Amino acid sequence: MSIPFSDQLIGGALIGLASALLMRWHGRIFGVSGIVGALVKSETQDRNWRLSLVAGLVTGGIILRFVYPDAFPSTTGETPLLQLVLAGFLVGFGSVMGSGCTSGHGVCGISRFSKRSIIATMTFMATGAVTVFAVKTFFGHGG
Amino acid sequence: MIGNLRAFNAGIIFAIGLGIAGMTRPENVIGFLDVTDWRPALMFVMVGAIAVYSSFFWLVLPRLAKPTHGDKFQIPTSTVVDGKLIIGAVIFGAGWGIGGYCPGPALASLATLSTDALTVVASMLIGMKCQAMFSKK
Repeated sequence: MSIPFSDQLIGGALIGLASALLMRWHGRIFGVSGIVGALVKSETQDRNWRLSLVAGLVTGGIILRFVYPDAFPSTTGETPLLQLVLAGFLVGFGSVMGSGCTSGHGVCGISRFSKRSIIATMTFMATGAVTVFAVKTFFGHGG
Repeated sequence: MIGNLRAFNAGIIFAIGLGIAGMTRPENVIGFLDVTDWRPALMFVMVGAIAVYSSFFWLVLPRLAKPTHGDKFQIPTSTVVDGKLIIGAVIFGAGWGIGGYCPGPALASLATLSTDALTVVASMLIGMKCQAMFSKK
């Protein structure tokens, strides 16, 4: 495609559309960490739509594998296991603690002009950048 | 039932958007966060997503009475910027930078059955569970 960054804009538009549809249908913010985070709590009652949405995310991944396999890395297993464990744990812990991740704060929250979300997004992007810099500096290109 | 099917469809559309946008390749995320060799492409994912969602939120949503499945639109009302928000975002950002996965792409990547995706998602769920137990005290 010739328009610069058209893939990113189209993909982003679909993310925005899915988020709008979830609000239209269920009255909920499309925040993946919030939707999944509630599933690990025993007191959560409304599990069905949450589980269905997660199943949709995985099914979307399966569709991508067939129609656009380049969506995923061609080689995996090169990142040290401990690095992946640490990455996943911090992402889960931090996103639930901070009430949101890239989707809930970064997309939905910024669109609502939420002060909390704008500050959270600037914070996790800045920390992400510092972390990538640190990983690159101290461990070579391990990231 | 139909409500669950709709949530399922929203999940599919979201994941396909992530894939087309390049968010499901951790090296793209790392490149976006790398100030020494910055690749700005993923900035435009946010531009596209915010363009669509903010249009919906400000122009369409005010005209709607209630969601199809539910009593009301549940919009966060808190405006408090506290330590929990900031420290949570710092921890999340560190994890995002270490692995290049945020929660949505991690879950969509389960479709590959790769060790990377399975490890990240399992660890992420444990992290969420720990935070839930930690905050209860």
